[in-house]
This record gives sequence, structure tokens and C-alpha cells, in this order.
Amino acid sequence: MEDDFCLKKGELRILLPKEVDHHNAEEIRQRADRMLETAYVNRIVFDFSRTEFMDSSGIGVIMGRYKNIRFLGGSLNVVHVRPRVKRLLVMAGVYRLIGKEEE
Amino acid sequence: MREEEHMKLEFESRSVNEAFARTVVAAFLLRLDPTMEELEDVKTAVSEAVTNSIIHGYENEVHKICLTADIQENCLTVTVEDFGCGIPDIEKAMEPLYTTKPNLERSGMGFSFMEAFMDELHVTSKPGSGTTVRMKKKIGKNVQAGSEKRADGTRNRFD
Repeated sequence: MEDDFCLKKGELRILLPKEVDHHNAEEIRQRADRMLETAYVNRIVFDFSRTEFMDSSGIGVIMGRYKNIRFLGGSLNVVHVRPRVKRLLVMAGVYRLIGKEEE
Repeated sequence: MREEEHMKLEFESRSVNEAFARTVVAAFLLRLDPTMEELEDVKTAVSEAVTNSIIHGYENEVHKICLTADIQENCLTVTVEDFGCGIPDIEKAMEPLYTTKPNLERSGMGFSFMEAFMDELHVTSKPGSGTTVRMKKKIGKNVQAGSEKRADGTRNRFD
């Protein structure tokens, strides 16, 4: 997972795994928060290009990171979201908070 | 008339078994020739139910979870049963965004996703003795839609 977190010019890009569930959500959450604490981050981008499965635990991870980055005055976005995962994000109201997906 | 089929699985409430449980049910469901969408719906719902048992039912202690799946005609029924702490107020628990564990970043969407992705959802629970979630889904409802991609990669069951 080492290369899945990439920090460049204040933007933390997180390449999510194939499946995001409760089992692997904890590691993503801990690593992301550690970087927020130890480095300058003003933007988080969740890259879903590999992600085929997600459940409500993934929603929790995104919302939690959104809260933390907003507290630091930064922003969060999601990219490469497949229709399946998009449906969950829409249902949970995630886009209402973070705005539209980046191109 | 299709013969009724039944399966039962017992596993420990470890988070690694969330993927195991949903994969088993998905494999069982394949014999009904579901669409990708239907398969994903069921996987998500099973994942939510099992995660609930692990986090809420057993509060991350390792105990037993029982999962059954039944196929009757074109209908899948899944039950997920734990013998944990139970739910004091089921109605409240099922409200979207309601969670008793915001500190664990639970989104409160578990039951909402189960309800949305399955046709029926029944929750029975007794505080102190456990919770059973029973979910039903009819497979092949949208056959007329035609162009939906099937789980085996072909376009639909008629082409």
C-alpha cells in the first residue's frame, strides 16, 4: 500500500484498493490522518480507479477525512468513480458535501 | 418448477470474513444468472449485515456468525444471525445516518443500503441475545431492460 498514498504540493492522492469495506477502511483512515498530522495537506483526492466494491464503511472513511481536511481549511474530491460506487456516494449524500467529481 | 436450494455457513466475527461472506453468497447466487447489478446489490447488503454483527453485535469480539442463503424459484433469501448484544430500538437503528458509533466513523447507512438493494428486509433482535437480519431479493426482474450487462459478461439472458 506504500505507493497508494502520494503527497505532492499539498495534495494527498489516495489510490483506494479494489474493495473498500470495514476490514481495510481502518488502515486507510489511519494512514490518511497520520499524513494530515505530519505534513502539509490542503487537499485530499480519493482515486477510485481500482475500486470495484464499496460499502457503508467506505462512506465513513470519506466523510471522516472530509471533516478533518475541512477543519484544516482544505478540500476533498473523488475521481474515477465507477457507476456502482457512485450510486452509493449519491445515496449517502457525499456529493452534496464535496461538490461534483473532478474531470 | 425449480428445486429449492439451501446453504448454511458459520464463521467467526473477524473483519476479514466480511469479504468471505459476501463472496460465498455471490457464488451461490450465480446459479440464478443474475445481472452484475443484482450481484453487486446482494454483495453490498451481505457486507453491511455482517459488518453490523461484527461491530455492533459483538463489538469487535470474536464470536460466531451464522449465514444462510436460500433459493426459491427466482428469489434469494439471505439471513445473517449473531448472538451478540442485540438492538434496543430497531426503528431508530434503521433510520438513515443514525449510528451509535460515530467515533468509529460509521456512516449510519448500513440498513439504508440493505433496504435499498434488497426487496425485503426484516430485522429481529432481542437485547442481550442477538440479532437476525433476513433479506430477500427477486432476481431477473429487469429482464425486459435487455441491455443490462450480465455477471458472466454476456449482455443478457436472451441474446
